[in-house]
Amino acid sequence: MELFDILLSVSFWAAAIRIASPLIFATMGELICERAGVLNLGIEGIMVAGAFAGWISVWAGMPLWFGVAVAMVVGMGFGLLHSILSVPFGLSQHVVGVGITLLATSVTFFTYRVALPEVSSPPKITAFAPVELPILSDIPLIGPALFHQTPLTYAAYVCVALTAWVLYRTPLGLAVRAAGENPSAVAAQGLSVTAIRMGAVIVGSGFMAVGGAFLTMSAFDSFFFEMVGGRGWICIALVVFGAWRPGKALFGAVLFAAFDALQIRLQQTGIGAAIPYQLFLMMPYILSILALVLMSRRAEVPAALMVPFSKGER
Amino acid sequence: MSTISQTRRSFLKTTAAGAAMAAALPSWALASGKPVKVAGIFTLPVEQQWISRIHLAAVAAQTRGDIEYTYSENTSNTDYPRVMREYAENGYDLIVGEIFGVEQEAREVIADYPNVAFLMGSSFKQDPALPNLSVFDNYIQDASYLSGIIAGAMSKSGNIGMVGGFPIPEVNRLMHAFMAGAREMNPNIKFQVAFIGSWFDPPKAKETAYAMIENGADMLYAERFGVSDAAKEKGVLAIGNVIDTQADYPNTVVASALWHFESTIDAAIAKVRDGKFTAEDYGVYSFMKEGGCSLAPYGTFEGKIPQAAVDLVNKRTAEIKSGAFTVEINDSEPKSA
Repeated sequence: MELFDILLSVSFWAAAIRIASPLIFATMGELICERAGVLNLGIEGIMVAGAFAGWISVWAGMPLWFGVAVAMVVGMGFGLLHSILSVPFGLSQHVVGVGITLLATSVTFFTYRVALPEVSSPPKITAFAPVELPILSDIPLIGPALFHQTPLTYAAYVCVALTAWVLYRTPLGLAVRAAGENPSAVAAQGLSVTAIRMGAVIVGSGFMAVGGAFLTMSAFDSFFFEMVGGRGWICIALVVFGAWRPGKALFGAVLFAAFDALQIRLQQTGIGAAIPYQLFLMMPYILSILALVLMSRRAEVPAALMVPFSKGER
Repeated sequence: MSTISQTRRSFLKTTAAGAAMAAALPSWALASGKPVKVAGIFTLPVEQQWISRIHLAAVAAQTRGDIEYTYSENTSNTDYPRVMREYAENGYDLIVGEIFGVEQEAREVIADYPNVAFLMGSSFKQDPALPNLSVFDNYIQDASYLSGIIAGAMSKSGNIGMVGGFPIPEVNRLMHAFMAGAREMNPNIKFQVAFIGSWFDPPKAKETAYAMIENGADMLYAERFGVSDAAKEKGVLAIGNVIDTQADYPNTVVASALWHFESTIDAAIAKVRDGKFTAEDYGVYSFMKEGGCSLAPYGTFEGKIPQAAVDLVNKRTAEIKSGAFTVEINDSEPKSA
């Protein structure tokens, strides 16, 4: 059975982790925003901006990790703009988010054209190369799949662990979660809901931008304008899939990526010739929707998600 | 400036003369010597392989002084008809672009501006009811066929991977021609075909190419960006499409089928200037006979391609140019086989 051959191959799982990595960063970013009560639909545009900013910095001669930092700072800049409009001004989070996406993609293309007016294929950089982690990569099947990846994928693992630890094990995380559940209680504690929410949106947007940068600095070594191609919107769904929990969201990202890696491979098998390719391309989405239906039954939506908070109002 | 300043009387005279001429010629007929005003409208940045061929041909025509050229890039399909109207209203003689995503709406705009010539990339044929619309597409199957001959000879495993964007006619026909060429050298060759559902997702194209290499492919048909990168990383070979990418992948890209848009746009410019622009299919100007396509120089692979393949390429090139051999045009969706 070809299906089992595919599922048992190391290269399949390695591909799944590679495909999942940008989604993991951006999903964690979105999750942080939403746990604090702010839906960030700027995610798609922020990923585009991050993909461009990281790549162009490296192309200009900066080290790779510096490029990642630049991407993060650019993402945080758009996060700051988003949070000013959505938190103290309390504007519609849908409108602000879509506006940020349109602004970020347009500013990116403008900057791209100013920086590279010559018409030729976009220049390439030396991207992150896979690094084998000693000992860990010797574990059969799991080892090479998980621990023979680029450093940016390892950073994605750290990002999940850090997000989970901060949210559930620190007073700061408690404050962030409370800001998304019951902001009045946070205010009663003498904490600033505005500051917490703005901080969450800014940090979350930084992670989204790193997710975008993964595409240009690890998955590929050049920037193309439409390459983010809806991955941001998938991450919005993955947060819901993960019931606003980092571990489950990580599982969702890997599951989605595995379906994607699987459909690529199934297209080349006997059934691939019989079934239209469009059905394969749909597969990750359809299966994710099915999983979403099953998973989200017991999901707890942050009670104050998309509810603006103004101090002293009841 | 005095040559263009005119009194009301002389204006009336020229208008009357113009009206008399217009009775004989379509109104886009221009006095010879005056550059044709050309506008390009593209849905992606002008770096994109396909668009870059049109853009560079227009730039070349402008450098020669035949046209005045301006363009809008990255125009989304939802904006496309509006931008067409803007250029048509602003006195452009010839508008070049691609209406694959807005076939119906674009034709409505074109019908509204019968005095403006439109040369558009389209999946459909010309329509006599729209005499100011000519269509084109990159009919470079001749060159794709020749690149297939080389691929067939260079693949040791007899397993070729092909990654495409969407199975639209222009992609399909080039894939079929490539496959026909490869089978000339090795009739038992196996093809893996996949479409990624996007024109611009190099990471996805690369992942798809990885999967094909794992599945035995040692030669890839790089219809999309990202495929040659996978080939380079895994040490297999690739064939380029539309543009020559060998400079970026000197030990990977063996040959490329190149598209030359010059013959297409030059024909359109001449017809606009002579007032002979009508509903036509410019696809033939992409044929090798017209100089619309060619095989890129072997470059770094000079001398590394089996002589039998080089001989067949030379023989077929001569036959295609003389008309003795015709590469089949097959627009149906290719399947793994």
